[in-house]
Amino acid sequence: MNQHHEVRLNVNGTEHTVSVPPRKLLVDCLREDLRLTGTHVGCEQGVCGACTIIMDGQNVRSCLMFAVQADGASIETIESLASGPEDLHPVQQAFVDCHGLQCGFCTPGMVLAAKSFLEQNPSPTDDEIREAIAGNICRCTGYTFIVDAIRTAAERMAGEEAGQHV
Amino acid sequence: MKPPPFEYFSPTSVDECLTLLAEHGEDAKLLAGGQSLVPLMNLRLAAPEVLIDLNGVDELARIDRDDGELVIGAMTRHRDVASSELVREACPLLAEAAALIGYPAIRNRGTMGGSLSHADPAAELPCVTTTLDAEMVVVGPGGRRSIPARDFFAGHFTTVLEPSELLLEVRFPAHGGGPGWSFHEFSRKSGDFALVAVAVQLPGDGASAGLAIGVGGVGDRPWRADAAEGLLAGGQRGDELLQQAADAVGAQAREHGEGHADNDYRGHVAATLARRAFATALERTGR
Ligand SMILES: Cc1cc2nc3c(=O)[nH]c(=O)nc-3n(C[C@H](O)[C@H](O)[C@H](O)COP(=O)(O)OP(=O)(O)OC[C@H]3O[C@@H](n4cnc5c(N)ncnc54)[C@H](O)[C@@H]3O)c2cc1C
Ligand code: FES
Ligand code: FES
Repeated sequence: MNQHHEVRLNVNGTEHTVSVPPRKLLVDCLREDLRLTGTHVGCEQGVCGACTIIMDGQNVRSCLMFAVQADGASIETIESLASGPEDLHPVQQAFVDCHGLQCGFCTPGMVLAAKSFLEQNPSPTDDEIREAIAGNICRCTGYTFIVDAIRTAAERMAGEEAGQHV
Repeated sequence: MKPPPFEYFSPTSVDECLTLLAEHGEDAKLLAGGQSLVPLMNLRLAAPEVLIDLNGVDELARIDRDDGELVIGAMTRHRDVASSELVREACPLLAEAAALIGYPAIRNRGTMGGSLSHADPAAELPCVTTTLDAEMVVVGPGGRRSIPARDFFAGHFTTVLEPSELLLEVRFPAHGGGPGWSFHEFSRKSGDFALVAVAVQLPGDGASAGLAIGVGGVGDRPWRADAAEGLLAGGQRGDELLQQAADAVGAQAREHGEGHADNDYRGHVAATLARRAFATALERTGR
């Protein structure tokens, strides 16, 4: 039962091999084995969204998967979005500019949920934005500034796209 | 580590799954999307000694049209059901309901087979299978059997599946959008389980083929609103009759009621949702 499994993960472009017991949750593997602590753990019941990661292109709860199940998968965590404060992803920059965070606990999950949503729907309505983050709980901001941030990010990213084609 | 220890298997075929189930019996659990089982394990409300992961069994993830039926494999994700062209054409009520399950991240992992086997009385898919008289195709040591949705759910979080059996696929009659359809639910917040859900297939004036009204979230399993179906079976679609039928849904909900809210409130919500669902469904028949 506590026999370890070798698991290969591509996380943020880097190949890793870890040895984990089957019951190790993916989020704990990322945080403890790979020391990528940007992915947060809140409820461990799938309700809060703090542990959101992008696996093979889709956002998922990393608290509701075992690390063994991710063998061979490609994973993006919040650490992949920027190398430092100077080159924030447009979604991150918009969160800063619009006060889309206070304590920051929900922020990695919010930002990744917003990023994967905007990739599917680059010019959303406010209702669609609210729906997209309905599964991410924030205890601080009251959500209004988060919605502002996601709308702002969408506008800026659309501007960049347009700019490239001029 | 929160979840209790277990032994992990990742078979790649249904036959392998059945062998593992036979070997480990009641100590084993199948792992589908994990969106219900893993929270239960993290809370230590479930402690299976063996987990048999279905995610590598490719033959279980399929959406197909087979004559007059729409076939959905057990490992088909909610996201794929909600966005499939084929589902939207053959069974639009199912597509509409699947889009209401939880949040995007839950729909990306959660599966048809997992939701039906978990049998949460407030879940969307059990309500839709009951409404559409879908057939659950199950495989076990004795071979295959097919179970009508109305006999599949046995109570709160309970089905008639044996521990040695696996849900293979679900077969929905492909009504298309012919009879109007509509799925209306009320929950405290977008993505939550429904307090009450009403699923309707309503043919237009003078027709009765495909008529069905199902209710979820009220009682220990989804059920059909037979009294209301009876009122609408004659094909009349006048406003007064529709209101009577909606009230009949509410009255039946009051009898079934239990759970988060008192029965009068649930009955009121059920009648209101039914009235709205009838209106949407009729609009879609082009009446
Ligand atoms: C935050 C959150 C919100 C949610 N909101 C909703 C909602 O609004 N509506 C809703 O309907 N659901 C909701 N869900 C549940 C979600 O739909 C699950 O995906 C579903 O209930 C279970 O499917 P699964 O594939 O994840 O199954 P799992 O969790 O892997 O398994 C569930 C059970 O089914 C058994 N099982 C799985 N597959 C089979 C099979 N093929 N044959 C036999 N037994 C099998 C397992 O052994 C287990 O007992 C929510 C979940 C979360 C975490
Ligand atoms: S920690 Fe995963 S959803 Fe809350
Ligand atoms: S900023 Fe504190 S929880 Fe969202």
